[in-house]
Amino acid sequence: MAIARERRRGIVKRTMEYFVQQLINGVTLGSIYGLIAIGYTMVYGIIGMINFAHGDIFMVGSFIALTVFMIMLALGVTALPLILLIVLIVAMIFTSAWGWTVERIAYRPLRGSFRLAPLITAIGMSIVLQNFVQLTQGARVKPLPPQIQGGITLMQGNTDTGAIVVQLSYMQIIIIATTVVLMAAFSTLIAKTELGRAQRACEQDAKMASLLGVNVDRTISLTFVMGAALAAVAGVMFLLYYGVIDFYIGFVAGVKAFTAAVLGGIGSLPGAMLGGLAIGLIETFWSGYFSVEYKDVAAFSILAITLIFLPSGLLGKPEVEKV
Amino acid sequence: MSDINQAGSAEEHQAPGALVEWEQRVAGYGGEPPFVEEPEYGSPIVLALKDAAIAAGIAAALFLFFIGFRTDINLGGLELTTRWQAFGISIVAVFVGRLAFRMLFWGSRQKGGRSLATRAIESRKGTPLSEHFARHSGKVGAFALAAAIVYPIVILWAFPLKDKQFIDLGILVLTYIMLGWGLNIVVGLAGLLDLGYVAFYAVGAYSFALFAQYFDVGFWFALPVAGLLAACWGIILGFPVLRLRGDYLAIVTLAFGEIIRIVLLNWYTFTGGPDGISGIPDPTFFGLAFARGDDNLPGLLGLKYDSAYKQAYFFYIILLLAMITNFVTMRLRKLPLGRAWEALREDEIACRSLGINTTNTKLTAFAIGAMFGGFAGSFFATRQGFISPESFTFMESALILAIVVLGGLGSQMGVVIASIVMIGGFELFRDLAEYRMLIFGLLMVIIMVWRPRGLIATRDPSAILKQRQSISADMVAQGEGH
Repeated sequence: MAIARERRRGIVKRTMEYFVQQLINGVTLGSIYGLIAIGYTMVYGIIGMINFAHGDIFMVGSFIALTVFMIMLALGVTALPLILLIVLIVAMIFTSAWGWTVERIAYRPLRGSFRLAPLITAIGMSIVLQNFVQLTQGARVKPLPPQIQGGITLMQGNTDTGAIVVQLSYMQIIIIATTVVLMAAFSTLIAKTELGRAQRACEQDAKMASLLGVNVDRTISLTFVMGAALAAVAGVMFLLYYGVIDFYIGFVAGVKAFTAAVLGGIGSLPGAMLGGLAIGLIETFWSGYFSVEYKDVAAFSILAITLIFLPSGLLGKPEVEKV
Repeated sequence: MSDINQAGSAEEHQAPGALVEWEQRVAGYGGEPPFVEEPEYGSPIVLALKDAAIAAGIAAALFLFFIGFRTDINLGGLELTTRWQAFGISIVAVFVGRLAFRMLFWGSRQKGGRSLATRAIESRKGTPLSEHFARHSGKVGAFALAAAIVYPIVILWAFPLKDKQFIDLGILVLTYIMLGWGLNIVVGLAGLLDLGYVAFYAVGAYSFALFAQYFDVGFWFALPVAGLLAACWGIILGFPVLRLRGDYLAIVTLAFGEIIRIVLLNWYTFTGGPDGISGIPDPTFFGLAFARGDDNLPGLLGLKYDSAYKQAYFFYIILLLAMITNFVTMRLRKLPLGRAWEALREDEIACRSLGINTTNTKLTAFAIGAMFGGFAGSFFATRQGFISPESFTFMESALILAIVVLGGLGSQMGVVIASIVMIGGFELFRDLAEYRMLIFGLLMVIIMVWRPRGLIATRDPSAILKQRQSISADMVAQGEGH
């Protein structure tokens, strides 16, 4: 019996359909990582620090989303699109408040200090956020029944042991579409608006930017707010896609997203997205074809190997050493 | 940039004419550059109340979905409950806290605006505490060592009922001191940011545990082997990361730590996976065990058996190991190798152009730092008697790094003080079990904001010309991971 199942799995793994299904799953996961990774990469670009608490901001976002969802249900709102829209907007606003506060309390007083100081406060903030949520919301996992079901059948193949179906679920469509839209909006924001220009100016030279009339503190705060808002979107998507959250999800997702940001070249927005997709695909394919247990080892090893050959990541600019 | 902003706020408590001048200046620039924050107008009390109200408003936004509402698992799915009372109390607490903070500390906070040079000179004079440490660092160290040596004896004599608990705390603090000193070599001296130091701790612990399990060897034999193995892993990690800088280095070391942990967790047939390894033997004293029976050490000395004696023995072992770490580090700093580390931290390009082999310098730093981590791990295994991958998470690495940075990078005494404050403080709040980690995290943030350069703000120079002087921490590059 077990051998037969094993054999069937082996046959299924060799089909084209299995590959396509893994590809879809990988892109979905990669989109979530990419959204979080943008927060890391923007903060790194502008003040050159690793915001370790960012993963926990993502977790805070998914908790806010869950609570708002429950409030909506309690209020008797039944239209699912309306609920989702409200959940998304409220989660973005309130998570941004968290992002802003963390920056204000833990990073701004250390601006201009040496680089490890904000790293330590970031780790401290990460501990604070995790334990605050654990304390106020409990340590147990929170399940949310699947809200959006069904999907489109893309391919249907037959093996000698049975049929195999490739499905693109509506949830996956929503995640990928949201990510694409947000990425486009974001790139425009950075490239075209005054705020984006101020951000790029601060990234190049904060002192000069302030001499030219840019409010550097405000720009940095807004960068944190934007990063937190994107993390909140990722949190909502995570909640809806996996249906289970707890106070610890931020750490794992944060480390993965940070890996993605570094793999893509930290400081580069397209790099963060590309790194996110790469990490998502590596993880999914490794779990699909080899073993679930070692998927993280695969992701980290590929990061290390990539950095040996490309020390600034895939799309990062090599740092010029000046004497 | 901070200088300019602070210059604006510094004008605030000058004569009223300064405000007019400020306005004229802004008008002179055509309302644009350079950017300066507008000073606040009005009486201090009104301003403070306004500020506290804003803080309370933000707190309301932050706490609404966490304290105001709570979701719980119940029959038939999640259940939503409200806690308006707790929500209200938390907001009032923030309002009062912010008001008190502003009343008490606002004046001193606005004195900013000093340049880096002035701050360097000022901190060379130092605060009384750090100046004291700088001048008497030798005496303080000797006193601390003496205190540590008599600690178990005093505890055994004075607190016979709680002796095990107190000695255990001492062992824990000393373990972190040793780990902090080991990491200090990598981060503080060589300036390589390592976020995966716990990997070497794990390698040391598992080396001993596995040796004991498969070959039945004792602690004193396994200790050097564990250190050697950890050093080898340090070199293995060191090679691929030689070309990496700063945060790239940080993430690869973090990844390395996670890889080691995941492998230990999943290689069930060899390491026991999540079940860990138990029954790790205790160390012996020249072949004599600390156990019941007349043939064993307490029996031979004519003492009644008490497990606290074994604890005291553990305490002296870790004290010895920690002192070896400290001694080796201090001696290495005076050798060409140690000076090469510090030179590498200050400027890698200058090092290379002066003929220092940066590859070897970095690898030795990783290897020696890892070796001490391995020793500490080996000790951890024998003290616990049981190890599992759960003890070697990233949080542990972060804690060790926090101890090194909070103490003041590159300062040996700083690590001691930070370990006592953090670990001791952590144990102090044992009764507040739920709030303990929250307070711990807040403490990390507060200490860092209060003293960004660490608790000990001066550094001992490694080479002295004519006269001994302490150097301000501001003048030293701080392990920014070149």
